[in-house]
Amino acid sequence: MNAQAPALRDPRLNRPEPLTPPLGDGGFFQRDRSIHPPAHAPGYKSSVLRSPRQALLSLENSISEITGPVFGHNDLGPLDNDLIRNYAKDGDPIGERIVVHGRVVDETGRGVPNTLVEFWQANAGGRYRHKKDTYLAPIDPNFGGCGRALTDDTGYYNFRTVKPGPYPWRNYVNSWRPAHIHFSVFGSGFAQRLITQMYFEGDPLIPICPILTTIPDKDALDRLVAPLDLNASTPFDSLAYRFDIVLRGQRSTYFENRTAGN
Amino acid sequence: MPQPLNYLKETASQTAGPYVHIGLIPAMAGFDIFEKNFSNVLVTPNTEGERITLEGKVLDGTGTPLRDVLLEIWQANAAGRYNHPADRSAGALEQEFRGWGRAGSDFESGLVTFETIKPGAITDRAGRTCAPHINVWIVARGINIGLNTRLYFSDEEAANAADPVLNLIEQPSRRGTLIAKRGERAGKVVYAFTINLQGPEETVFFDV
Repeated sequence: MNAQAPALRDPRLNRPEPLTPPLGDGGFFQRDRSIHPPAHAPGYKSSVLRSPRQALLSLENSISEITGPVFGHNDLGPLDNDLIRNYAKDGDPIGERIVVHGRVVDETGRGVPNTLVEFWQANAGGRYRHKKDTYLAPIDPNFGGCGRALTDDTGYYNFRTVKPGPYPWRNYVNSWRPAHIHFSVFGSGFAQRLITQMYFEGDPLIPICPILTTIPDKDALDRLVAPLDLNASTPFDSLAYRFDIVLRGQRSTYFENRTAGN
Repeated sequence: MPQPLNYLKETASQTAGPYVHIGLIPAMAGFDIFEKNFSNVLVTPNTEGERITLEGKVLDGTGTPLRDVLLEIWQANAAGRYNHPADRSAGALEQEFRGWGRAGSDFESGLVTFETIKPGAITDRAGRTCAPHINVWIVARGINIGLNTRLYFSDEEAANAADPVLNLIEQPSRRGTLIAKRGERAGKVVYAFTINLQGPEETVFFDV
């Protein structure tokens, strides 16, 4: 894995300089739910019966939320971040060869090191290797469609794959998902746990996707769209896309002065 | 104008979708790809503590079990210690016990199971004792942002009554939605739970 992360200069991140107080192990910054999709988003029909209707109970982070599972290189295999090779049987998978790379940082801009990032996707034809997917596009015998990586000490990760295709799904009669890659990220505490999806710059299905448009905040939606990163592309081999992921920041505990019962 | 703070914004959540198994539990999607896989078995032969099976379902607003849901659990060991550097409590750490597992629901019945141990009571950093509990995170198609809840144990009545989190729940009747019921089957301890996403028995979910 590339040890040197490229400098974060992406204007979408709206950040002249990272704020980096000493890393604490206090509670996480309160989650800003206005940038997340609401649980009940009727345009995405599956959410109607699967969304809690009571108010969430606000919970000041305790040790149960500040802590979370720790992973290491022993959990991974050598090809886990190479989707072009990790299921190849008799050749390479069909499709546009791409590298996806970026950093996992927290809301203060600090890299989140040694955290597990998992990703999964459809193949170039828009078909998932899943026994419940019956879309007529063919399975690619050389493509599994999943991988994982551990960020390095700066929060950097990368993987190689083929660009997934769009596919139809049952929401409206003619609903299509834009090409996307699913991401699962842990962070250092269970309250940072996040699943999201990365989209590709320029995809005309983005503005009409019933799932993507559950996000009420335009900027938050734009931050899920990975730009083409020509500088990171490998000539005569593969294009690259850049996808940075921001997890919740964590308060420092300079002063532990709360006593029992307070 | 005051100085700008320039915090970043958290990346927006998106649903895990119906094919979450491909990435997180590929064997359930129907293929074998990784040398090492994560699972719903948290224990090794060396793990200290009482072996338990956690078994339950997640129900939608019609009472139908979700058959494409994925649950993760995060828990302390039998001594009440989380396997994480931020937990500096006194209980003995067991390096082999990560305290985390994930499970997909059965594609037919919707049943979710974990093989683990009953965690010990936890001492938080304010010195308070918290009833034994397991932290649960739920994702699925139709769930736009992962849901956080907890499971407590029906045989810990006194500890539950004193638990600072259970006591945050205004309606005492809703506290029961977090309590798994202890039973036995074939000589094994089974804790049964039901997570209701909606309805009069809606489970308490937390904004952590």
